[in-house]
Amino acid sequence: MNPRRKKRLFALSAIITIIAMAVGLMLYALNQNIDLFYTPSEILKGKNGQKPQPGQRLKIGGMVVVGSVQRHPETLDVSFKLTDTGPEVTVQYHGLLPDLFREGQGIVATGVLQSASVIKADEVLAKHDEEYMPPEVAEAVKGIKHVKPEQAGAY
Amino acid sequence: MITEVGHFSLVLALLMSILLAVYPMWGAARNDIRMMSLARPLAIAMLLFTLIAYASLTWAFINNDFSLSYVAQTSNSLLPVYYRITAVWGGHEGSFLLWITILALWTGAVALFSRPMPLQMVARVLAILGLVAVGFYLFILLASNPFERMLPFFPVDGRDLNPLLQDIGMIIHPPTLYMGYVGFSVAFAFAIAALISGKLDSTWARWSRPWTLAAWIFLTIGIALGSWWAYYELGWGGWWFWDPVENASFMPWLVGTGLLHSLAVTEKRKIFQSWTILLAIAAFSLSLLGTFLVRSGVLVSVHSFASDPTRGLFILGILIVTIGGSLLLYALKAPGLKGQGQYHAISREVLMMGNNVFLTAATMVVLLGTLLPLVHKELGLGSISIGAPFFDQMFTYLIVPFVFLLGVGPLSRWKKQSPAALKNQILLALGLSLSAGVLINQAYSTFSYLATLGSVLACWIFVTSVQEVVQRTGKAFNLNALTKLTRSHWGMIAGHVGFAVTLMGIALTSQYSVEKDVRMAAGESAELAGYQFVFKGVKPLNGPNYTGTSGHVDVFDKGQLVASLDAQKRFYTVQRSMMTEAAIDSGISRDLYVALGEQLDNGDWGLRLYVKPFVNWIWLGALIMALGGLLSATDKRYRLSKVALAKKSKQYTVSHTASSPEVLK
Repeated sequence: MNPRRKKRLFALSAIITIIAMAVGLMLYALNQNIDLFYTPSEILKGKNGQKPQPGQRLKIGGMVVVGSVQRHPETLDVSFKLTDTGPEVTVQYHGLLPDLFREGQGIVATGVLQSASVIKADEVLAKHDEEYMPPEVAEAVKGIKHVKPEQAGAY
Repeated sequence: MITEVGHFSLVLALLMSILLAVYPMWGAARNDIRMMSLARPLAIAMLLFTLIAYASLTWAFINNDFSLSYVAQTSNSLLPVYYRITAVWGGHEGSFLLWITILALWTGAVALFSRPMPLQMVARVLAILGLVAVGFYLFILLASNPFERMLPFFPVDGRDLNPLLQDIGMIIHPPTLYMGYVGFSVAFAFAIAALISGKLDSTWARWSRPWTLAAWIFLTIGIALGSWWAYYELGWGGWWFWDPVENASFMPWLVGTGLLHSLAVTEKRKIFQSWTILLAIAAFSLSLLGTFLVRSGVLVSVHSFASDPTRGLFILGILIVTIGGSLLLYALKAPGLKGQGQYHAISREVLMMGNNVFLTAATMVVLLGTLLPLVHKELGLGSISIGAPFFDQMFTYLIVPFVFLLGVGPLSRWKKQSPAALKNQILLALGLSLSAGVLINQAYSTFSYLATLGSVLACWIFVTSVQEVVQRTGKAFNLNALTKLTRSHWGMIAGHVGFAVTLMGIALTSQYSVEKDVRMAAGESAELAGYQFVFKGVKPLNGPNYTGTSGHVDVFDKGQLVASLDAQKRFYTVQRSMMTEAAIDSGISRDLYVALGEQLDNGDWGLRLYVKPFVNWIWLGALIMALGGLLSATDKRYRLSKVALAKKSKQYTVSHTASSPEVLK
């Protein structure tokens, strides 16, 4: 093998090794950090036949049930219920809720499933838009109730 | 009336761009000087008509012309005038007009500042810019026209600008970012023009480099501004969320950084041409992808204010044509490219290549993390989200070898570097940066391995940068030797040091920031990181288009008043939305940050308190990087070469005029 080819082979194999390592690390990191998105009914009834397990990290999107927000009198602990088409899931959170958090509004929370229908959230997001509903929720409740037609078509 | 003028000039601008895309390119192919000379005037005309269109839309905003549906959607008569001017790019249609205006500006700039370049090259570059512009003018006129009227029934008042955008950061962030995004179109046009002509020599790299640097400077500042804006405006104390839209601006930056370095190698050593071209295509394609992601509504993000899936298809079309066309051209022409330089396995060339590989890998990570949820959903596999931990983890892996190479690269020689000669310097730098990094972290009560790693890496860059300057100036370290270094050399140093400053800021602030959500009644106090936060109470707030509450917090450090903060909660009456205006006391070594939450049932207020060490270093570093870019772009050799080339091109035109009668026949 002449030196030029040898050099190329060396460079090429180095690049391939780096790429293989990078892909390996990436897949490993991905595996740990993908949060699956659920709606409240999917949490209770399962999604594609699979129910989320307690201890699993997940994202949940739904509408805040009117009248369900309960604050602790002394601390910033708060809990509320989320729904999409009927089933309700309780979300617990400690801290300040976002500006646009309101009863009857769509929100997305990230957290860990505690028991079958309780989630301890470490992040609650409400979109900076009055009519916002998480697209997944909009899809789930489409044609069922209280969605204006133009809203249902918007996503 | 003025609106119609604007609309009409936009159509004329489209016409100019079509002519610009066709004639000079044709002329360059036939070597017809008259057709090629049309390029500059056409580019200027396109710019002028676009500016007229832009000015008329601004006029409509200033005069509250709510018969324009775009104005009615994004403005309001109560909005202060300066926000009305910036509201021009507050929505979908207007931000595209800004996009195309900036593209016309870059095209005009190339036309004006390209005197020393051969006419054929100028003609091709401008024609390609014109071709890109055709797509976007068509898009604006057909799918997203800001001059659309709502006659005869127009609203009395507008729906107001999104409150998030009513802010100084938002006034300058989008134009700067767009200058960066669109600026890569020039690098792209140079690359394609060079591919067409088949002349990929170091002169091409030298012409292309200042333009690439200019785009990169704007992009750097634009991203930093966006991050700074998110930090103080969103009220979450975060400065980077790995939001799809942030990622969309970060990808061209990563590739653009790679492109700058690759261009430098191409200019100095006449190698890597093919890779440089690919990076130039990638940088612009990723800018287009970013535009598509932000504006199409396929991604859900805090940024997708105004989006429309059908318009997304149009941009997707432009994207596919641009990427597909340029890659096809690349596939046809690139195999013929051969680098001339020789180099060994350990040399600056290889180290730079290594860094380029890491930058590309980082881009891939961001691309995957941004697009995978989208693909996953389109395939019907359900919604997933890839959170910040994924990106953080990947970037922690990538940055260690990247920074190592970054330090060694400038110290090593072109062509061949013997590892033994570098050993002492590397060991010294390693020792110094390890001890400095550990010492810095001793200052904090809780020890963090990640923060230590980050500060060691930052110190490694500082130390190797100093070593490099010492190496260049020889043993006689004096001011005279320092001034002999070229500007672009200082640019490199500033770029690297700026990166180190940002890295240091990121490492320290992400690990040592403390945050506390508290509920307080007036007069109560809370302690955080040694600071005493005393809540003084709230008072009502009345703004031009909002009402609200302002909470006053005094911060004491060991009994001394260090900051007096007014955190606001605003209610924008027209859009009926709440906004938190955080109050921040900024400093070199720490920020004190207070955001007002909601009032609780018993009259207490929820407050969010942060102490964020070294957070300003993140943006300071970005500024230093941009300054480095500016130093490089204004290097003497670009100006000198202009003079030299100007002489050459005079001879060139003279010799051509001599032969032109034949051309005319």
